[in-house]
Amino acid sequence: MILTNNILTIVTFLPLVGALFILLTPGRDETAARNIRWIALATTLVTFAFTLVMWAMFDPSTADFQFVQNQLWLGDVIGYRMGVDGISVLFIVLTGLLMPMCILASWESITYRVREYMLLFLVLEMLMIGVFATLDLAMFYVFFEGTLLPMFLIIGIWGGQRRIQASYKFFFYTFTGSVLMLLAIMAMYWQAGTLDIARLLSFEFSEDAQFWLWLAFFASLAVKMPMWPLHRWLPEAHVEAPTAGSVILAAILLKLGGYGFLRFSLPMFPDASAYFSNFVFFLSVAAIIITSLVAFVQTDIKKLIAYSSVAHMGFVTMGIFAGNVYGVQGAIFQMISHGIVSGALFLSIGVIYDRMHTRDINAYGGLVERMPRYAFAFMVFTMANVGLPGTSGFVGEFLTLFAMYQVNTWFAVLATTGVILSACYALWLYRKIIWGALEKESLKSILDLNTREMVTIVPLVVLTIFFGVYPAPLMDAMAVSVQALVDHYQAAVGLEPMSALIDLGTAGNVQAAASAAASH
Amino acid sequence: MIQAIVFLPLIGALVAGLFGRVIGHKPAEVLTTALLIAAAALSWVVFLPFFLGDGEAYKVSVLSWIHAGDLQLDWVLRVDTLTAIMLVVVNTVSSLVHLYSIGYMHEDPHRARFFAYLSLFTFAMLMLVTADNFIQMFFGWEGVGLASYLLIGFWYQKESARAAAMKAFVVNRVGDFGFLLGIFGTFFLIGTLGFDETFAALPGVADATMPFLGWQAHALTVICLLLFMGAMGKSAQFLLHTWLPDAMEGPTPVSALIHAATMVTAGVFMVARLSPMFELSETATLFIIYIGAITAFFAATVGLVQNDIKRVIAYSTCSQLGYMFVALGVGAYSAGVFHLFTHAFFKALLFLGAGSVIHAMHHEQDMRNMGGIRKKVPITYAMMMIGTLALTGVGIPGTSLGFAGFFSKDAIVEAAYAFGGTAGSLAFWLLVIAAMFTSFYSWRLVHLTFHGPTRADPHTFEHAHESPNVMLIPLYVLAIGAVVAGVIFYDSFFGHAEHVEHFFQGSVVVDAAIIDAAHHVPTWVKWSATIAMLLGFVTAWYMYIRNPDAPKQLAAEHRGLYQFLLNKWYFDELYDRIFVRPARWIGTALWKGFDDWLVDETLVEGLGRRVRQVTGFATRLQSGYLYHYAFAMLIGVAALITWAIAAGGLLG
Repeated sequence: MILTNNILTIVTFLPLVGALFILLTPGRDETAARNIRWIALATTLVTFAFTLVMWAMFDPSTADFQFVQNQLWLGDVIGYRMGVDGISVLFIVLTGLLMPMCILASWESITYRVREYMLLFLVLEMLMIGVFATLDLAMFYVFFEGTLLPMFLIIGIWGGQRRIQASYKFFFYTFTGSVLMLLAIMAMYWQAGTLDIARLLSFEFSEDAQFWLWLAFFASLAVKMPMWPLHRWLPEAHVEAPTAGSVILAAILLKLGGYGFLRFSLPMFPDASAYFSNFVFFLSVAAIIITSLVAFVQTDIKKLIAYSSVAHMGFVTMGIFAGNVYGVQGAIFQMISHGIVSGALFLSIGVIYDRMHTRDINAYGGLVERMPRYAFAFMVFTMANVGLPGTSGFVGEFLTLFAMYQVNTWFAVLATTGVILSACYALWLYRKIIWGALEKESLKSILDLNTREMVTIVPLVVLTIFFGVYPAPLMDAMAVSVQALVDHYQAAVGLEPMSALIDLGTAGNVQAAASAAASH
Repeated sequence: MIQAIVFLPLIGALVAGLFGRVIGHKPAEVLTTALLIAAAALSWVVFLPFFLGDGEAYKVSVLSWIHAGDLQLDWVLRVDTLTAIMLVVVNTVSSLVHLYSIGYMHEDPHRARFFAYLSLFTFAMLMLVTADNFIQMFFGWEGVGLASYLLIGFWYQKESARAAAMKAFVVNRVGDFGFLLGIFGTFFLIGTLGFDETFAALPGVADATMPFLGWQAHALTVICLLLFMGAMGKSAQFLLHTWLPDAMEGPTPVSALIHAATMVTAGVFMVARLSPMFELSETATLFIIYIGAITAFFAATVGLVQNDIKRVIAYSTCSQLGYMFVALGVGAYSAGVFHLFTHAFFKALLFLGAGSVIHAMHHEQDMRNMGGIRKKVPITYAMMMIGTLALTGVGIPGTSLGFAGFFSKDAIVEAAYAFGGTAGSLAFWLLVIAAMFTSFYSWRLVHLTFHGPTRADPHTFEHAHESPNVMLIPLYVLAIGAVVAGVIFYDSFFGHAEHVEHFFQGSVVVDAAIIDAAHHVPTWVKWSATIAMLLGFVTAWYMYIRNPDAPKQLAAEHRGLYQFLLNKWYFDELYDRIFVRPARWIGTALWKGFDDWLVDETLVEGLGRRVRQVTGFATRLQSGYLYHYAFAMLIGVAALITWAIAAGGLLG
């Protein structure tokens, strides 16, 4: 019982306990740094274990929030409210999974200010889990915006040469959006009289209000996602960030946008979501096509992956606003899968960056000769990025496209070109850096994955294939919540399914019509 | 048993791939080959009851897969006549290719990886042919694409191999684009993706129309055309064929297995499997006839002038796939599958024979540097002769005497004639002309390689040697198939319509009318392909034995035409101009122009400069922006809390 009531609090704030230990670790020498690394690793591992316990305790047969805590806190308005449903629970597990890998990836590559670095990562973990676990809108805002601070510092202190530029971009892009979201949150309170997300979900905002609230949330969430054409900060941030920063950025922070759309835009502003859906589809398809083409001509490995992330997030927004069960499940699956795969890709790039200190595609070639294990892992992640069936990348991409087709064939056809374009840039990258004759002198003594790197990468290889072949653990966890969300949305919007436009013609008998109708 | 057939190759692939360097090359080779031979033996055990008429279709559930809403997809292995035929084809050829590769690849330092890929391919192909729903088929479809990509790029040190591998994958993806949309459309129309459920629902939607790209179209026509686009990619049909000749960069056993006998026939298999759907769309079937006929003709013309021994056979494969599609288009699905079946034997034989020649000639592939090696490699020569006789369709019409290709090719030509109409007549004539070309380039290949005085480097010629038994035994087995596969199985595939129906048990549509009509075409039609074959043979004999200067003269006289054919109708150049270069150009423009210049420099940084000018913030504040942000957020949070307390007090 105690665990059931407090599991979310434990999971969220456990990283802070580790952070405290790190603060208390004496000394500034190498021994202290080693101890700090071990403390950080142990903390993230224990947190991960608790997220798994939470997942095991999670009851997938109900759409209600679980492990709920609801106490008034500040001025009877902001409450300490925690709870998860099928939409948020998996993101917490994903965060828990990737943090230990980030710590391991930073094991040797971070050589100065180890204490501050690890502190920031643990605080960041707390904030990220908090975003998904909180059920109070004000708390959500604090966690949501709060994640940027540690990320800023991570890029600003341990980043590359143009890190100042990158932080400025961050500032510019996120500031306007977040102010608007804050205003929207206040407006929601005035209207609904509560900041409790669970209660807001059943409140019906007027259509006018929905329109403005939707736009305000969109301003913040679309930047975070990032949606085209608000994505320009992402490649820059990725390029400047250290490996673990890139992993977190791609794997978790981008998902905050998608999560926000699912938690707020779709259920709370359904009419506005329906009204703006074509607009979102347009931007999504633009992201899929345009950023794929841009990715194809990149010369910086990290930029290429960053642009491909934008394209993959295009599938997510498209799936969410398709507003049917395939789209929403596909979008969540795509986010989890992208978390695993893009995280793995950035980890992989970190492996060769640590050795060669360059991200220039042309500086590599023929790595398979010296690094067969690495080449194998990179192949798996590349194929997942391409969306090959049997990898986790396929399920989400397939379901979101599938969902789009049920809503609008134009957008579906355009978005499906993404399967061609992703093959172009992903295989191009593989061909350039992994294949080829090993001719460059600098590469001739490069070493294959060491044990520490194997520990970070092999689990991700396994998960990529496992969830591609057997996605049920993820699909089952979200199914009921997604169904409830979609039912709520469709009831509010009252959309006629497009399958009503099927004309069965002369041979169509009543029974066939009935079966076709029943299936939609 | 079916589980064993499908998963034994996977086990082999995993062991050889992941532990190849631990257990060594030899055990990896022996293990994968042994598992494949076992799978092949079991496949025949599955097939024989169907052939003898007492087999029964069944399904085996393996695991659940994607469940979302009404979409319920599971991993299921389906066995029926069509699957059993494919099992036999895939596993027989694959096991022989594994065996052959032990000899062919014996000097390669990455043999374990090679055998892992071969077995992985076989597994994916088996998943494709045992699929019970569209998405599992798509899994196999993409899986074989991956294996093909890896095997074409197996010698990744060569730039040409890397380019060919990527080209194969991307061109196939263009087809998959259509395949996926076809799958979406099927679910949209019918609400299920299981094969049996889909077929059962077809009568109700035969005349249905549905919206597609703003236009209310006949639903099954749209769906079938989209699905066929996938088949065009995988089976290298006209317009999406450009990857197949380049795929010859892979090791020769790969060409035999993937790019001749099995993977490229996946498109044919798909259309046959979905024949109940295709039957209901006249437009789609006519389109298939046209594409098939044009491919058969186009590829044969290009094959006439190629000098690389493997590329000649590759274009021949492309052309023969066109024959199969014509058969499918005219409704003679069983004839298409029959040609798939016989073609697997003789085309794999030709490729492996060519591999034996290449092996003998120390990796020389250009026929201009061969000639006169008949005495050096007598067994290979004999096997290549059998393959050529089967490919060109040697036999006596009206009797049961003939090589495998004779029965299946004539069945298609006759069915095309029987189909009639513009499409049928056009297809008939194009196929007959293609048969003549086929005969010409096949004999040209034999003459250039084996007959006449040698043009080879004397040292190479001196050391040319017959291949070891491990490479010859697969040739013997395939040669038996190339000789007898036609005569034994003719009755089941294209004999009396009742026998064909009984054999297929509804696994493909059997149209008794077209089969009967094909059996009763005029005598001149029955002889047409044979006469065309003889013409091609005589011409090749004249041009390469009797008067060896003739080809050069002809090429000089018709320089434009020769260059046009030699350059494969300039498709690669065309695609490069209209797709590849514009894509790179647009990508660069969007990146440098839109992202970097417009959004970043002009809008964001421009605005930033303006803000800085106005507020007088100095840039010397290093990473000050961070603190700006933190400060702004703190103010925000503070405002929120103050307000919350105040509001809480007010609202009470």
